[in-house]
Amino acid sequence: MSMINYASREINCKLVYYGPGLGGKTTNLEHVYQKVAPQFRGKMISLATETERTLFFDFLPVDLGTIRGFKTRFHLYTVPGQVYYNASRKLILKGVDGVVFVADSQVERMDANIESMQNLYDNMLEHGLDLTKIPFVIQYNKRDLPNAAPIADLQAALNPGWPLEQPARQVVTPDPNYPGEFLIQQYDGVWVERAPAFEAVATQGIGVFDTLRAVSKLVIKTLG
Amino acid sequence: MTASGWSLGEAEARRIEEILHEFLRQSGVASALLIDHTGQTVTGVGASLPDRDGLASLAAADYSANDQLASLIGDVALGPIVHQGERGSVLLADVARRVILLAVFDRRTTPGLVKFRAKGAVQALERVFTGMARDAGQGAAPRMEGAFLGEAAEEIDRLFGA
Repeated sequence: MSMINYASREINCKLVYYGPGLGGKTTNLEHVYQKVAPQFRGKMISLATETERTLFFDFLPVDLGTIRGFKTRFHLYTVPGQVYYNASRKLILKGVDGVVFVADSQVERMDANIESMQNLYDNMLEHGLDLTKIPFVIQYNKRDLPNAAPIADLQAALNPGWPLEQPARQVVTPDPNYPGEFLIQQYDGVWVERAPAFEAVATQGIGVFDTLRAVSKLVIKTLG
Repeated sequence: MTASGWSLGEAEARRIEEILHEFLRQSGVASALLIDHTGQTVTGVGASLPDRDGLASLAAADYSANDQLASLIGDVALGPIVHQGERGSVLLADVARRVILLAVFDRRTTPGLVKFRAKGAVQALERVFTGMARDAGQGAAPRMEGAFLGEAAEEIDRLFGA
């Protein structure tokens, strides 16, 4: 939950990078840490195992500056992707304002992606949150690998869409990232919405900021 | 509270800071912070701390992990947690299941005194937060104005490279 502190005039929002193990969540944060000027970000904290696998979380605070008198910050977190650490993942989701699902594009990781997406949905429900009603974007990482699955297959498996019930939002909305496709459209009389999706090669920084920008803007919108 | 989260007004913030200052005076702790369960700092008094955001995120995670541990062994409520170090020590205590009191102290005081005084501070803070929860149910949720949203989006483009 974003916190608006009228006394100290601060707004803090929590973004969580979720997804299967070794998918590139920590790499996303490391790239943000390297590229954002030090005056706009804090220290990156990583609670990792000796083999550099995330044990509890990574944390990176990013400062948007003072906007209309409010110091505005995003707190970026990753979760441990390994199945074993579900209790930790659940804790990190507490109070989340926006989620980035980092999928591993490799064909061999399709099952792990699907399992992690279902786990995300279930863990959100345990916090009383509906993934389809909060800012949510998907990143298809590792697009440079020869065994990367086609985007259409990933979208069908991980981002098939959900029924959109608010009449005010039932407007055909083209997907700016995929010409000819739609974020909101009608199928067989039912309005369906899909999460914005981005292709990335996080090790090279490709797509990292596109993803972060998209989820950040969606979170800011919820404050209005 | 807001639709997207919760908010803290100036009157409550003043009262909270008074309680924290009193806690500082009575216990001899160097710094006292209130953080929410997502790791965000609500307010703080006392000596400035290096990397306050990092400290708050770790403290919230630490408290939550201990809370879950307690529930796994069948305990319903977790009492204050004290990490006692050679040079510095930390106390974490829950306030009304809403926020966490984080006190940083050194050898100029004792864990026993800090725990004792923290109990009174927590009770006083709980009264403030209970009142806030009651008031939040009565008024419209505060929201940020449109101009803020537009400027924030521009800052996002600038910082994250449009």
